[in-house]
Amino acid sequence: MAFQILLNFFIAVVWMFMNSSLTASTFIVGYLIGLIMIIITRRFFKSRLYVWRLWAMIKLILLFAKELTLSNISVLLLIIRPKLNIQPSIFALPTELKEDWEITLLSSLITLTPGTIVLHVSSDQRMLYIHAIDVDDVDEAIDSIKNSFEKAILEVSRG
Amino acid sequence: MNVEEIGKFFGAFLILTGGIASVISVFGLIRLPDVYTRSHAATKSSTLAVLLSLSGAFLYIFANEQFISVRLLLGIVFVFLTAPVAGHLIVRAAYRSKVKLADISTEDELYDVLHSEKKEKEETDV
Repeated sequence: MAFQILLNFFIAVVWMFMNSSLTASTFIVGYLIGLIMIIITRRFFKSRLYVWRLWAMIKLILLFAKELTLSNISVLLLIIRPKLNIQPSIFALPTELKEDWEITLLSSLITLTPGTIVLHVSSDQRMLYIHAIDVDDVDEAIDSIKNSFEKAILEVSRG
Repeated sequence: MNVEEIGKFFGAFLILTGGIASVISVFGLIRLPDVYTRSHAATKSSTLAVLLSLSGAFLYIFANEQFISVRLLLGIVFVFLTAPVAGHLIVRAAYRSKVKLADISTEDELYDVLHSEKKEKEETDV
């Protein structure tokens, strides 16, 4: 992915030199032309077209912003309820992610979303141990959220 | 209302929401029973509060003086990167130093894992 972006920049710079006008608008035109060239020659690259990965990243950020807002509203409602009827617990979550950065990203996302904090990553990096603030309604809901986060991260990292 | 006033209004509104969120997160710190549940309130709600206040200030300055403050944006990014890690480390340190969970807690799947690891280590040491 980095190689494709670098190549696209390089084409844009070459376009600027060919036009002998070093302005931002020429750069943008050159960048778009380079993008078209990379799309045409995409079967010579090993990885996917980098645009899709950027798109997956944007989707991940949007998903994250949504979850952050929802989680905060739910935690705030939990706190200001007159009677605290919460059931904290610690549960294990198996993960398919392999790379270090993916696991770090997943655990940051989990920590910032509804009622969950990552307590411990097992030494073989297969299990995440998570402290949940309320078991009853969260346990299954969380698993589905994890699946969506994990899927989104896999979408980004898939070659 | 013109665009400038709408921007100012939204900035002020965001800062107000951030203030309310941080007050409620402090209530959470006082009311919740143990370290683990408190760290929920501390990491999540205060992150959101800081985020809302900083973006409100960004919007207000942009609307008022047409100045894009990159430092505020960087501040948002840094808070986002560091807050979950800090929360994780505090909770992990608390668990490792055997701070007890609150009585209302139901199950603890991590206990067995850590203890079996420790036993294996002791056996290999001997």
